[in-house]
Amino acid sequence: MFNFAHPRGGIHPAAHKERSAALPIGDLPLPPRLYLPLRQHAGAEALPLVRSGDTVLKGQLLASSPTELSAPLHAPSSGRIAEIGRIHAPHPSGLMVNGIVLECDGEERWTDLIVPEDPFEEAPEVLAERVAQAGVVGLGGAIFPAAVKLKQGAKHEIRTLLVNGSECEPYLTTDDRLMCERSEAIVDGARLIQHILRAYRIVIAIEDNKPEALAAMRVASKPYGAIEVAAVPARYPMGSAKQLIHEITGREVPAQGRSTSVGVLVHNVGTVYAIHQALRFGRPLISRVVTVAGGCVRTPRNLDVPIGAPLQALFDACGGLTREPAQLLLGGPMMGMVLPSIDVPVIKGATGALALARNEMPRREAAPCIRCARCVDACPMGLMPLDMVAHARVADFDGASDYGLRDCILCGCCSYVCPAHIPLVQYFQYALGQQDEQRQAARKSDYIKQATEARAARLAEEEAARKAAKAAKAAKARQRRKPAEHASSKGVES
Amino acid sequence: MSVDIAAGPFAHDRSSVSRIMLHVCLALTPCTLFGLYVFGWPAINLWLLTCGSALATEAVCLRLLGQPMRRLLDGSALLTGWLLALTLPPWAPWWIAVGGSVFAIGIGKQLYGGIGQNLFNPAMLARAALLIAFPLQMTTWVLPVPLGSVDAPDFIEGLRITFGGMPLLDGVTGATPLGDLKTQLTLGHNAEEILASDFSLMSALVGSIPGSMGETSALLILLGGAWLLALRIIHWEIPLSMLLVVALLAGTAQLYNPEQHLGMLYHLSTGGLLLGALFIATDPVTSPASRLGRLIFGAGCGLLIFIIRTWGGFPEALAFAVLFMNALTPLIDRYWRPRVYGRNARGKPLAATNRINEVKRP
Repeated sequence: MFNFAHPRGGIHPAAHKERSAALPIGDLPLPPRLYLPLRQHAGAEALPLVRSGDTVLKGQLLASSPTELSAPLHAPSSGRIAEIGRIHAPHPSGLMVNGIVLECDGEERWTDLIVPEDPFEEAPEVLAERVAQAGVVGLGGAIFPAAVKLKQGAKHEIRTLLVNGSECEPYLTTDDRLMCERSEAIVDGARLIQHILRAYRIVIAIEDNKPEALAAMRVASKPYGAIEVAAVPARYPMGSAKQLIHEITGREVPAQGRSTSVGVLVHNVGTVYAIHQALRFGRPLISRVVTVAGGCVRTPRNLDVPIGAPLQALFDACGGLTREPAQLLLGGPMMGMVLPSIDVPVIKGATGALALARNEMPRREAAPCIRCARCVDACPMGLMPLDMVAHARVADFDGASDYGLRDCILCGCCSYVCPAHIPLVQYFQYALGQQDEQRQAARKSDYIKQATEARAARLAEEEAARKAAKAAKAAKARQRRKPAEHASSKGVES
Repeated sequence: MSVDIAAGPFAHDRSSVSRIMLHVCLALTPCTLFGLYVFGWPAINLWLLTCGSALATEAVCLRLLGQPMRRLLDGSALLTGWLLALTLPPWAPWWIAVGGSVFAIGIGKQLYGGIGQNLFNPAMLARAALLIAFPLQMTTWVLPVPLGSVDAPDFIEGLRITFGGMPLLDGVTGATPLGDLKTQLTLGHNAEEILASDFSLMSALVGSIPGSMGETSALLILLGGAWLLALRIIHWEIPLSMLLVVALLAGTAQLYNPEQHLGMLYHLSTGGLLLGALFIATDPVTSPASRLGRLIFGAGCGLLIFIIRTWGGFPEALAFAVLFMNALTPLIDRYWRPRVYGRNARGKPLAATNRINEVKRP
């Protein structure tokens, strides 16, 4: 209430980051098979360009993007395409999705990469297109095609490029390790993005619980001007774009607006690194750093993992699982995705693979809400989750929207602090899904109505045209008859 | 309700409803122990009876409503009974305790749908009902006679007072400070004189004055309240705005007419105002959820308390003020919500600060 320039709410969950943050990024031994879903990004599914049995090289394009809002897919290693078909989806439903199965030959033969000259000499549009061709998506979990954001520079005035290294989710340390070990590449990537966006300044925001990363980034950015490394308070959800923008610029992103409407563009450090790789070395996005952690993992650490590696391989590389995990998650414990099995592959947006033990998830059966308002205090968006959930649970979605459902970022702070253990986020996701369905149904019925009306109008028009034609014909006929009639009538008259 | 969890978060701060309730009970312990000590065996009987019958009523209601019996363990029924006991005259007969508890839990809470659903604070609802139905028993106050002192009733006498309907002698009864003031003012006495002769701030702070079982010791109530505030189990807004409004109004009134009005210290330290501000008005179920709403709620309680104490028929006023504001809580929650991120106070999206440049720059 008193601090308007800083984000409100938020929580301080136990970090659980120490163990994986202490070890350097390791390499995953190449698994025999890689499973590549065709849709690992927001937008349309990529179209496969290879056939089963084809031999491919590392970095070769496997599937192309059909639209602007999509991303192509490249071979993470050399080998043979074993199959193009249904593979396990990294999704709570456990459904199968379309994907490519690559049998690795272990030779890691690269395809010919076009290594560009000095990217700073090139036009921003060319560079943005190159990032699109490299299949780079938001690696912080948003999986939004990075090039779409880069092309905003041509449309909007971007004052600040915000490099998001806050990594507020518990357990995850990928960005932390990446900043410690590859700080120069990240700074270079950030400068390239600045060049593409024509941004005035770069701010690299890192939570103050990562002193090593802060120091490394400060050293790496020292030679260049207009790069500021900012320590932000460690408070979940600091890594959310809206909260980070508020913290750094003191401005709030307008509701229903985008970051660009306050002159900011946010990129995750992982994405920045991937863009650096694409623009400096021509390497497409075929691997990423993943935190493997959780109470059931023997040696939690970060691994550089080829996209498509099954989670089992990741856990094996970290000393295996000590016991049966109570929950497998892709991503962090706050916003991560429940996984039905260990057979799912790593996708571009996978920040972490967590195997949580029962004692790490103190969730009990839900009790009635006592309106303690802790969720209201914790909500970083200033919503009233208790009223939203009261409406959502009785399927009053409009009522839930009235209390802010549309502004909810699904961060889970409310569920985290709820003493009644009400699964608020679950209700919100349900309500949002139902609203989407309703909207789609409404669109469909609108479309049908329009089509019906159009048909009626067309029929009426045709009918009118027919009538007009008939009338014209009749008139013509009359006209032809007229002289005769005229003559005869004259005769009568006289 | 059993929900298969498919959505996060898979982390929790390990809080629970029962822990909140037990912390509040723990915070009530100092002033309760003091009350039991100064009012002796009859008070102990009354406290046990009220809490016990609240739990028993809750158990019966849960059974009748087919709700899980483990909800008895969430501590909310115990807390309701406990709070009710603290606001009763310490030597009240047993049926006041039992009747009050049955009313509080059965009608005040379970009839509305159980925990979290009640519109009114159950303990205050029961107290108000008792006060209207049995004004004599509810306003018979005893002078403090600490356990072990010469005048204190022993265990057997205590049972006789609580269960036997033994009439209290005039020598042991006395008026509460606010009740005394009311009487004296109607008799035409000057407020300054009353204050000088009958009121001592020290005894109000320590608690050696007649009054309800738990409301007398201002210091111990403050201690428990401070602990709850430190644990963030109660919010600071309601106590602050409530006490501030009473203090301001009392202070202004005294400046304006010292013959009719007593000062702020007098108001703050008597009549269960602190107990109400820290433990009763802060009941989360029946108070608003937003910060601004809580400030309004507290201020409303304070205003009503001052009005009823000054011009109304009841000297203490807490229960009525809280109940009245409870009724307004849904309204407050509807109209005073926090400002949403990215929206102005009226809920409209903020204006973009960046002009959208449609033309591509060269």
